[in-house]
Amino acid sequence: MRREHRLNALILGLVLAVPLWAWATSEPFTITLATRAVIFAIAGVGLNLALGTGGLVSLGHAAFFGIGGYAMGILASHAQTYTPLFEWPFVLEGTKSMPVIWLLAVAASALAALMIGALSLRTSGVYFIMITLAFGQMFYYFMISWPAYGGEDGLSIYVRNGFPGLNTLDPIQFFALSFAILCAVLYLVTRLRASAFGLALGAARQNEARTRAVGIDPYRVRLLAFTLSGAITGLAGALFADLNRFVSPVMFSWHTSGELIVFIILGGVGRLMGPVLGAALYVALEHHLGGLSDYWQIYFGAILLGVVLFARGGLIGLIVGRETAHD
Amino acid sequence: MTDTPVLELRNICKRFGAVVASNDVSLDLRPGEIHALIGPNGAGKSTLIAQIAGTLPSDAGQVMFEGRDVTGLDAVARARAGLGRTFQISSLAMEFTVLQNAVLGAVGQARTAFSLLRPVMKDRVLVAAAEAALEAVGLAEFRALRTDELSHGQRRQLEVAVALTLRPRAFLMDEPMAGLGMEGTAAMTGFLDTLRQRAPILLVEHDMDAVFRLADRISVLVYGEIVATGRPDEIRADAAVRSAYLGEATP
Repeated sequence: MRREHRLNALILGLVLAVPLWAWATSEPFTITLATRAVIFAIAGVGLNLALGTGGLVSLGHAAFFGIGGYAMGILASHAQTYTPLFEWPFVLEGTKSMPVIWLLAVAASALAALMIGALSLRTSGVYFIMITLAFGQMFYYFMISWPAYGGEDGLSIYVRNGFPGLNTLDPIQFFALSFAILCAVLYLVTRLRASAFGLALGAARQNEARTRAVGIDPYRVRLLAFTLSGAITGLAGALFADLNRFVSPVMFSWHTSGELIVFIILGGVGRLMGPVLGAALYVALEHHLGGLSDYWQIYFGAILLGVVLFARGGLIGLIVGRETAHD
Repeated sequence: MTDTPVLELRNICKRFGAVVASNDVSLDLRPGEIHALIGPNGAGKSTLIAQIAGTLPSDAGQVMFEGRDVTGLDAVARARAGLGRTFQISSLAMEFTVLQNAVLGAVGQARTAFSLLRPVMKDRVLVAAAEAALEAVGLAEFRALRTDELSHGQRRQLEVAVALTLRPRAFLMDEPMAGLGMEGTAAMTGFLDTLRQRAPILLVEHDMDAVFRLADRISVLVYGEIVATGRPDEIRADAAVRSAYLGEATP
């Protein structure tokens, strides 16, 4: 739809313009806020593939966000102390290289999503929400009680990990890296949604009996969607850990899963840029309302309630209207 | 003709508590024929279709398709084996366009549901197959409409179009004429008349004019049991059928 395309370009342009302006006026904190929004947006876009396109309301995506985060934390902490992760059956050394960390974060969270999905997707509706929540909380309590990597206190990394050719300690460069990943993820998700797989996933959400009747197994389609969705959210987790140079079990908590869902609802369920708009607004409100009152979430809650009640399809739906079918 | 049947039900049973929905039903569908299944409301026609399509497991009996026992297969596997069904209550992806629904069928037929990156609506082969099916049922001009904007009758036509894209080797059609109106029914009757050349049709239908015009054979289902099977003229003359069913339906 033309209007939605224009709005999407506008949102992406704003997400790019704000930190560039902050860079020009030497306000590194604003750049960091924008980076935080971009990383949340990546996680939200990942969840939206399952939740929006596939209709799979996962309240356990914090698990993948946290796995991505701890992939970074564990690898970097071993590199920091020059100790291998394990020596048998082969020696695995820690690393401070972002590309390697991302690869492992994506692989680990995809594997976790495959296993969690394989079990959870046998249920649907409220049961699916509850079982994904339970898996997320399992990871949360596991990380709290596992002393090797800081337990409840989490893990600090002294220096941000490196990316070939970039100085990642420079806020604008780390922002540019995160923004490039967001664009790549948006491109990937656009392609997925327009593919035969995307069509089958949408059909499985709208009408399971129809999907079966054309010989497509909804379970397998959803499982792949859930796995891809978890992998994208895991990648965001690794970036989030690097932004903060810190990981803790909070990344695994159901609050995190809830936040990701809030981004999507605020921006628009199933809209490509919904989570991007939602995450950007969330971070902006967190900063500005948070400066006014410690209880800023009350006001945020009121805004969210307004969106849910009066803007079906989120803010993007409010602006561009009902999603028209597109060929 | 001594054709071997494409589809054969052997002693199919289904019970819901005390209600016997299908009681020892045996029937077959031969190449090139339309076999109509008629019976009063609640006779168990839709239950039987669901048992053949694999959405409802049978308590006993066998479903043979092209000489192969498909009783243990689920609905997905039976669709892939070549059973194309239409639903009594239109069952479509309502947020998709008409064309997208038809392309979905083509994707199922081509088994490319795990093609991840190629834009499906730009796939010439799949879109051409979908458009041909829409053309055949007379929906070509509505291809860009959202499915929930279609009339009830148009949704019935789309059901049939999606089944066509599957290129099945047997059709299971549950009341394809319902809600079509006079003209629509006439058009659909003419279309099904030619369709039997492509694949035989097991047709559940309430429109008796259409049934007696189209069917090569008719089976009459009453309280889950087949009380008669035969050519239309035999069924019309059958005393048991007249008392059970036709007497109520024909003026």
